[in-house]
Amino acid sequence: MQEFFQQLANGIAWGSIYALIALGYTMVYGILRLINFAHGDVYMVGAFAAYYLAKALGVGGIGSASPLLAAVVLLGSMAICAGLGVLIELLAYRPVRRSSRITALITAIGVSLFLENAGIIVFGADPKFFPQVIAPRTIQLGEGVLVTNHQITVVLVSLILMIALTLFIQRTRTGKAMRAVSFNRDAASLMGIHVDRIITITFAIGSALAAAAGFLVGLTNPKIEPLMGIMPGIKAFVAAVLGGIGSIPGAMIGGLLMGISEYMVVGYLSSTYRDAIAFVILIIVLLIKPAGLLGRNVAEKV
Amino acid sequence: MIRIRRVVTPLLVALASLAVLTSCAKREAEIKIGEYGSLTGSTATFGISSKNGIELFVDNLNAQGGIAGKKIRVLVEDDQSKPEEAATAVNKLIAQDGVVAVLGEVASSRSLAAAPICQSAAVPMISPSSTNPRVTEIGDYIFRVCYIDPFQGMVIAKFARSTLKFSKAAVFRDNKNDYSVGLANYFSESFKGMGGTIVANEAYSEGDQDFKAQLTVIKGKKPEFIFIPGYYTEVGLIARQARELGLNVPMLGGDGWVSDRLLEIAQDALNGSYFVNHYYEQDPNPLVQNFVLNYRKRYNATPDGLAALAYDAAGVLTNAMQQLSTEDPKAFEALSGPPNEDQKAARAKLRGLIAATRDYPGVTGRISLDEHRNAVKTAVFLGIENRSYKFVATVEP
Repeated sequence: MQEFFQQLANGIAWGSIYALIALGYTMVYGILRLINFAHGDVYMVGAFAAYYLAKALGVGGIGSASPLLAAVVLLGSMAICAGLGVLIELLAYRPVRRSSRITALITAIGVSLFLENAGIIVFGADPKFFPQVIAPRTIQLGEGVLVTNHQITVVLVSLILMIALTLFIQRTRTGKAMRAVSFNRDAASLMGIHVDRIITITFAIGSALAAAAGFLVGLTNPKIEPLMGIMPGIKAFVAAVLGGIGSIPGAMIGGLLMGISEYMVVGYLSSTYRDAIAFVILIIVLLIKPAGLLGRNVAEKV
Repeated sequence: MIRIRRVVTPLLVALASLAVLTSCAKREAEIKIGEYGSLTGSTATFGISSKNGIELFVDNLNAQGGIAGKKIRVLVEDDQSKPEEAATAVNKLIAQDGVVAVLGEVASSRSLAAAPICQSAAVPMISPSSTNPRVTEIGDYIFRVCYIDPFQGMVIAKFARSTLKFSKAAVFRDNKNDYSVGLANYFSESFKGMGGTIVANEAYSEGDQDFKAQLTVIKGKKPEFIFIPGYYTEVGLIARQARELGLNVPMLGGDGWVSDRLLEIAQDALNGSYFVNHYYEQDPNPLVQNFVLNYRKRYNATPDGLAALAYDAAGVLTNAMQQLSTEDPKAFEALSGPPNEDQKAARAKLRGLIAATRDYPGVTGRISLDEHRNAVKTAVFLGIENRSYKFVATVEP
């Protein structure tokens, strides 16, 4: 039982990271009906941005760890990636906005490959080791279940960001506009909503959340490298589809589900199935509930 | 893209013809050797150490006049720590650059990818430090100057069983890696044969970031130590995550741990652990001390076991060339000539001379190659305490 709770605790921390990345997929899809395959690589850039910011600020190493500076690093990398997201939208996706969806999809794959290989050139193929911006500590959660303060930070920060995002979408004017664009882009435009600006904001927020995930993963799993975004990107995408793509609570639930099931599979079956489980779950859910767990069933208009 | 090619192609042709012209002029004076290694990627220190070791040896040799008046030129290719790139790199070295012998790799998976190419092109290849037995089984042109994993696994099992008096082991292997899987099996067999039990058998894949799920399972089985036959990047991360889970038993490992980045990644997590190396830099043997001194002077770093083996691999190869130059000067001349039948015959003679290596005095010990083209050597145990290495024991074959 002890072992089960340990796996569960680790799975939740890991799943929070998937959930944060999945939010970006689901937001962009909700508004543009575009699967932004470059999203996992934005997460990678976020991790590197945080790495270089921490180096520049001199955080990390013995004695220099500080939660305040860690917050600066987190916000800084989120800002950098928000900018990157806007840039990607402006340069890559906006020109093909009126083309067919397959064109946009292929563009997304191209952006993804571009970021990965640019990462290899700029950051180098050698893995880097994320500095310890918060001094590590182990905390006992019940009998024999140990977590680090890093894992708790991951869960807390993701939770705060998800609540903030939900409030933003439900309570602000911009949020309302986003919902309107997602519902019907042309009608929203007729009502005087500046659609291009809403799309830009969506990319900025989604990319900032991916950057936060990049920072958090660096905190708990300090190895970062230019290709680190591929697998988490795919899994977060699966998480978004699982929860019902376009649905924000769905992305959170999907992410957590992915993280936990991954841990349970490695813990009780075999590590070989670690990556396969994501797709097995996806297939099962889609067979039973094709719109995903929290997705709306939309009747196709004939 | 097309436009770029239109400009670049003539430029390349011009450059290539220039290179041919200049190499014609210098042809008699140079023997080309290829080297492939992981200069970047997750095992970058393997490739860099090896490159330094080879460079140090060859530059020394060239400074002393080379072999019978001919200089040795080493052409280096990076394989980015990927087996498929290793095959590409060796293809290029042989087909384009026309090297007469190849040195590399450290990782067995990469040596296994490149060896068949050397074998079919009849170009001798010496791996400095691939320990998986299958590497030299590829064919009679493939050699190595290190011990092999059945020996390494047995030595670690014996050390755990008789010196540390442990009887319950957990094995945590890298499923994607020939070296790791092989070494884990040889260790398990020997350890069980000595009356020990394997209480947990878990696996990860190279490149994984998170090992806590497997480590939680291992912790539940209460082993006395964990054997991790992996490479340094993952080993360092595994050690850290194990300590975070309160799994504080010692860890044991093979020569995949040899890297100056190991402790930088693991920090304090590996204190009290042990691993096998190929040599020990404080060995009082003047040959070793001389090597360590020169290496430090040039690279401002202490040579690790892989640098030492690469140094010896270059030594064994050039030693065979030296012999060829006295025994058969005509064949030796063909080594620096065009890639024709004469050169192929010369490479075959060179192969024979490498195979006949007996008691070559290397910095990693005396090197004699057996009938399977493997070296028979002593293993060195190092311990880790307070983020530094200490000598524990040597084990004879």
